[in-house]
Amino acid sequence: MVKWSDFERAAIQDIFSKINYDVVGCAALSRCLIVYPWTQRYFGSFGNLYNAAAITSNPKVAAHGKVIMAGLEKAVKNMDDIKTTYKDLSVLHSEKLQVDPDNFNLLADCLTIVVAGQMGAAFTPEVHGAFQKFLAVVVASLRKQYH
Amino acid sequence: MLSKKEKKLIKEMWERLTPVAEDIGSEALLRMFASYPGTKTYFSHLDISPGSAHLSSHGKKIVLAIAEGAKDISQLTVTLAPLQTLHAYQLRIDPTNFKLLSHCMLVTLACYLGSEFTPVAHAAMDKFLSAFAAVLSEKYR
Repeated sequence: MVKWSDFERAAIQDIFSKINYDVVGCAALSRCLIVYPWTQRYFGSFGNLYNAAAITSNPKVAAHGKVIMAGLEKAVKNMDDIKTTYKDLSVLHSEKLQVDPDNFNLLADCLTIVVAGQMGAAFTPEVHGAFQKFLAVVVASLRKQYH
Repeated sequence: MLSKKEKKLIKEMWERLTPVAEDIGSEALLRMFASYPGTKTYFSHLDISPGSAHLSSHGKKIVLAIAEGAKDISQLTVTLAPLQTLHAYQLRIDPTNFKLLSHCMLVTLACYLGSEFTPVAHAAMDKFLSAFAAVLSEKYR
């Protein structure tokens, strides 16, 4: 079981209470599709992803950004057992969506950068460290059901 | 591959960041130590506590080296030759760590530049830092 310090718990809850889910979800997914274009392979049905401008204004990207944030919120609300909370999501990503789990780290990195951009100096190295730990647990939980 | 536009963007960004090399560099290092504690093992000979003189001077060194590489990206192998030797034969830092520092550098830039660190700038910077790290590890084996 993951051990969270009081600081880490508070930092994660604080970040998620402050960020605008609609903005952050879309921005993180857009960045992932722009910075790591091979991730577009999973979004063939999304239409126009030809350049950065098209991706950032694509309504399907925005909608999916919200889906991702809703998923993350489940983890934030169940920090003490993310593994169990994400069991079905993990099966979904491995068996139905067939996403290479290394991509989870790419999205996690983009999400970190978007949150950093929003929070500025408030995203201190310590807060950043707590966020990376949280995302590492999320990614590990999503990888769990891959066989 | 970096386009001409991207190379120009990278060069300009690092020119702007050179005056604050100490701040950017030490912050990137601190972020890396906080998020990836294994990286601290390479610094047992330095005082890496926040605000320490060692951290500032080391952070400055790293940022200035990156800025130097950014001045003429097509010449990276030439510019980095002495640093290639240093990292391969003396420091022998496992190259997977270059990725970790690069990521923390990007986070530092995001905090520092805010909305100016657009997805396009982010993509260009990530590509540049990857190329930089690849050249740095060329002499390892």
